[in-house]
Amino acid sequence: MSLKLTNITKSFKDDLVLNQVSLSVEKGQTLVLFGPSGAGKTVLLRLIAGVIEPDDGTIEIDGLDMQGVEAEHRGIGMAFQNFALFPHMDAHANIASPLTARKQTKDAIEAGVQKLAKLLKIDHVLSHQPKELSNGQKQRTALARALAGEPATLLLDDPLRNVDAKLRFEMRLELPRLLKDQNATVIYVTQDYKEAMAFGDTIAVMSGHGIQQVGTPADIYLSPGNIETARLFGDPVINLLDVRPEKGAQGLQVQISQTPVSIAEGYSNAVDTDCILGIRPEALRFVDKDMPGAFPVIVEAETPLNEKTVNLMRTVNGRELMLSRPAGSPGPSEGEAYIAVNTSDAMLFEKTTGNRIEPLHAAAKSGDSA
Amino acid sequence: MEQVSTLERILRGIAISFVIIFFMFPILWIFLMSFQTNETILQVPPQLFFEPTIVNYEGLITGQLETAAGSLKIEFMGNLFNSLFLSTAAVIVGLILGVPAAYAFARLKFKGSEDIAFTLLSFRFAPPLLVLLPLTIYFQKIGLADTYVGLIWVYQLIVLPLILWIVRGYFEDIPADIEYAYRIAGHGFWSTFRKIALPLAGPGIAAAGLLAFIFSWNNFIFALVLASADKQPVTVGALAFITASGINYGQIAAGIVLSIAPTFALAMYAQRYLVEGLSLGAVKG
Repeated sequence: MSLKLTNITKSFKDDLVLNQVSLSVEKGQTLVLFGPSGAGKTVLLRLIAGVIEPDDGTIEIDGLDMQGVEAEHRGIGMAFQNFALFPHMDAHANIASPLTARKQTKDAIEAGVQKLAKLLKIDHVLSHQPKELSNGQKQRTALARALAGEPATLLLDDPLRNVDAKLRFEMRLELPRLLKDQNATVIYVTQDYKEAMAFGDTIAVMSGHGIQQVGTPADIYLSPGNIETARLFGDPVINLLDVRPEKGAQGLQVQISQTPVSIAEGYSNAVDTDCILGIRPEALRFVDKDMPGAFPVIVEAETPLNEKTVNLMRTVNGRELMLSRPAGSPGPSEGEAYIAVNTSDAMLFEKTTGNRIEPLHAAAKSGDSA
Repeated sequence: MEQVSTLERILRGIAISFVIIFFMFPILWIFLMSFQTNETILQVPPQLFFEPTIVNYEGLITGQLETAAGSLKIEFMGNLFNSLFLSTAAVIVGLILGVPAAYAFARLKFKGSEDIAFTLLSFRFAPPLLVLLPLTIYFQKIGLADTYVGLIWVYQLIVLPLILWIVRGYFEDIPADIEYAYRIAGHGFWSTFRKIALPLAGPGIAAAGLLAFIFSWNNFIFALVLASADKQPVTVGALAFITASGINYGQIAAGIVLSIAPTFALAMYAQRYLVEGLSLGAVKG
């Protein structure tokens, strides 16, 4: 285990920021810390970097307890969200700073800087001061600086947040390869679920002072641990409806639009409790009226969203639903319509706690075919 | 864009001229006086046109003061040197002590740091006379009265709070991430202080140093009580012009011109820094 956090707690004055956070990352793996702003992601990175100390808990890097180890001795590279370039040094000196700290020879420093600058395509602006660089160049300089010391642990604090859309897109493609080449243990902070899914071997979802769920990107998307996580992942956001599962003629069912809709048999333990049904917009589809499980809605609007088309609809009871389908696929843009959902794609959450109800496994399988 | 009417422009011009004349006239008058003899100065009504003379400056520089009652030795050039030496030394000591302290107050939020910083600032609230009497007695006991060391020490009452509060504001304005980045890159605490914090707060440190220099140059009361003739700065030395046979206005004027010249030149040269430093100090303080 390359990096291991155990029960990290940190508060600033009376504000609890992190409460009993535990995490571990294997060597060479990328862990994405994903969560809304204020969730404590940046604080966690700073704790790992050693520029602030936790109130409680331990941080281990390569099996060594980092308590009392100064930031400069932790073998870490870090890129900051606001770049944090040294404003009085040119790009070259910025990138070279981890190398000068290691007292390397002039030639070694020069070679190291040139190699990274070429790789990140900033070799033509090395003599520029930070204020003369574009945002994209700043971001690449900051990244080069983080990589220059060939750190065993790399902390990237939302490095793509402050760059324009085109560059963000390019870097989303380049960065994972670059990180793999470094063979470093990477912690990548982001608020963008697409970035999280693209970069992470593992994703840790943070909110409310702690980690909600840790899992592979597919895990997090397909079986979010609670409503919070389900809501954070996905665009448009997941549809959430208040329901009360009941036993009907066709097995387990819920009422949507005053129509019974089957859900997986595995949820039998949730019968007659208040629940929230979560359906991803892409799990809904337009169907014919006679199709089993079809329920009526009123389509209110249609919006193109990149490669998708999103419909905003209302159920008979006036609750909002969103449906997303590939752009260009047929579907009504307004008026009455019928939609359906695959039984296996509907998730149930406890209304009181917001936690996802785990379907009983064997039953879930048989429900799949329905 | 709003058009300014002619009337408003004229009124504005008059108001500005009035302010300039009000503040600059004494300086201009002193400057003119410094080239006149006592007789022409005391003429009623005052003459705007006169035969300029450099006798006042001669007297100051040679140290021989010619009065109606005869010749008097004065130490004006010595005083000027004292002012220069005391102020420079006080500022250097103040910077050596104050800049690291300011950094500590800005970055290392330790228990009671706010209280200590405020206590240091409060030195500026008390009238200097309040501390002077006990200080004089202590200084005489431990042999610091009438020494440069003692004066430079007391000058820290003026210099240190000023430097501390202005420079602290500048340190606080440096994003912590920049310093973190340097640490994480592998540099130690001191190296980060020297290579990141100091250069980035440079303008603030310069401004604070200049202000502190001007404030200590203008100080009167500490030196009056704690220094004897050979350690006196110009502010105190000017008292020598008030003699038994009368007040030598011409020489006083020349003395004033010579003694404000260095600070005036400094202030002109570093105007931008000073305004920046002062306003920042005001906002942060």
